[in-house]
Amino acid sequence: MPIPEVAESFTGAVNRVTLGATKDDGGTRTKTVTVGGARNVVYGGSPEEAGETPVVAMDVLDTKPEDWPDALAEPLSDVLDSPGDWAKKCVEELGADLICLKFEGIHPDKADKDAAHAVKVTEEVLKAVAVPLVLWGCGNDEKDNEVMPKVSGAAKGEKCLIGTVTEDNYKSLTAIALADGHFLITEAPLDINIAKQVNILASDMGFPLDRIVTYQSTGALGYGIEYAYSIQERQRLAALGGDKMMAMPVICDVGYESWRAKEAKLEDAPGWGAVDDRGPMWETATAICLLQAGVDIIRLRHPKAVATVKGFIGKVWS
Amino acid sequence: MILIGERINGMFTNVKQAIADKDKKVIQDLAKKQTDAGATYLDVNVGTAAADQEAAMQWLVESIQETCSTPLSLDSQKPAVIAAGLKAVNAENGVILNSTPLNKKSDEKIFDKYMEMADNAGPKACIITLTMDKNGVPQDIDTRVAIAADIVSKAMEKGFDSQRLFIDPIILPVKVPNAQVQPGNILAAIDQIRYLSEPAPHMTIGLSNLSQGATERSLINRVFLAMAIARGMDSAIVDVLDQDLMNVVATSEMLMNKQIYSDSFLKVYSGG
Repeated sequence: MPIPEVAESFTGAVNRVTLGATKDDGGTRTKTVTVGGARNVVYGGSPEEAGETPVVAMDVLDTKPEDWPDALAEPLSDVLDSPGDWAKKCVEELGADLICLKFEGIHPDKADKDAAHAVKVTEEVLKAVAVPLVLWGCGNDEKDNEVMPKVSGAAKGEKCLIGTVTEDNYKSLTAIALADGHFLITEAPLDINIAKQVNILASDMGFPLDRIVTYQSTGALGYGIEYAYSIQERQRLAALGGDKMMAMPVICDVGYESWRAKEAKLEDAPGWGAVDDRGPMWETATAICLLQAGVDIIRLRHPKAVATVKGFIGKVWS
Repeated sequence: MILIGERINGMFTNVKQAIADKDKKVIQDLAKKQTDAGATYLDVNVGTAAADQEAAMQWLVESIQETCSTPLSLDSQKPAVIAAGLKAVNAENGVILNSTPLNKKSDEKIFDKYMEMADNAGPKACIITLTMDKNGVPQDIDTRVAIAADIVSKAMEKGFDSQRLFIDPIILPVKVPNAQVQPGNILAAIDQIRYLSEPAPHMTIGLSNLSQGATERSLINRVFLAMAIARGMDSAIVDVLDQDLMNVVATSEMLMNKQIYSDSFLKVYSGG
């Protein structure tokens, strides 16, 4: 009896997105990064259907982090007060595919730094590394609307990934990202319906769908990862089913979310193992879980997590 | 939902005139409008008035393809007319041979011939097969399902993928005397036919036929379409230019969890 063909096949695909502009393309990057392109679920179908290999973006903060646990700060302690050196170390020593410049310091409740500071840091990091950048606001709508357009302008033509825009705050950043030739991150609060809606809103402003990457507020291991996983999975299935409003590659913020977990950083915890290991393990476990749901870009913080996750990606996607 | 746009049909006066005058623009406009409205395929039917139906089919196919790459559904009861269309068609993105009965008195092997034509046209070529055989159109549920089962098993025998098969349970005008039981019978048949194979064959209907001669045509079409989608029908030959009808498709698909809800779901319905 012949063995029936039971593998599912799909008509749709995740959009392919190439970040970073080289000299020929009007930018100054010497490396570009392409993500997306999957035509099946992770592990599903033939190897050609797997699309591009997922990538790791390492976080670089615009301002020296004061609240990082020692286990996280220590391996980066020589560069934490210099975003340019920090980015360089991530790319040259730690194997980051992308740098995610997070403008934590502009938040009014934190250092409340101004646009001039943000522009300076952007220029510094652009100069320090040759990989594409992700430019990520602080999450305060008013401040992001004031600062991020200037950041966008400072990186004009570099084909950065800039964000985030939400259902309630998308107009200014969408318009400026379009004008400056960047790619856009649309954000939703672990909500598939809102994710689709933000994409529609950005698209209504004339932003091309194939220049959008989506972000669902990530939940770390033990803190809602099952919701994040199932939403990413559902988005991938919608993309494969031909829903053009859901066919974008996906970015996840694993670093920040993992280090929020008390299990990752609590020092006085007998029986939990060495605190230096737990954080990187928390990031790694969260990242590997989400990679299997079909996430394309993973934001990480700890060098050990980066090494393990990249090792995993190398084995599974090669 | 696989939507087959019905407007390029010689039964419509403007299309009939365009075929007679060889006026490409009318046809190309209809192709573009239906594509923009969300048609997955464009039905192409020369009607009965054309003197040379084969030549008319070829001319229609060529005219459409000059400006539009939406796949076509070649619609004729005559295999020769479909064959003429196939000569001109670009089947790379798919094509539908619309349609054949399971068999007929004058030609027992007609379905086999269609499968052969489809195979020759390319791996994405599909067939619409009517639940109709040499005894005519069945009125009851069981005979419809029995014919559909024969269609599916014949296709399997020939190695013809069930995903390339559309089954049309033939909807009759509700206004025809004693036909009012038919819409209910069709729904019951759809219920059963979709379990005949895994994956199921596509299910389609020529929706507008339902309201032939009736008042409130669009309303009748829309309500039945929603009912049929709820039963698992995944295709229909419809007037995609009827915005109210397209909204019903979008809403039904959303309610059946085939499309992800968003506040703008009507605006972005993209079929699929």
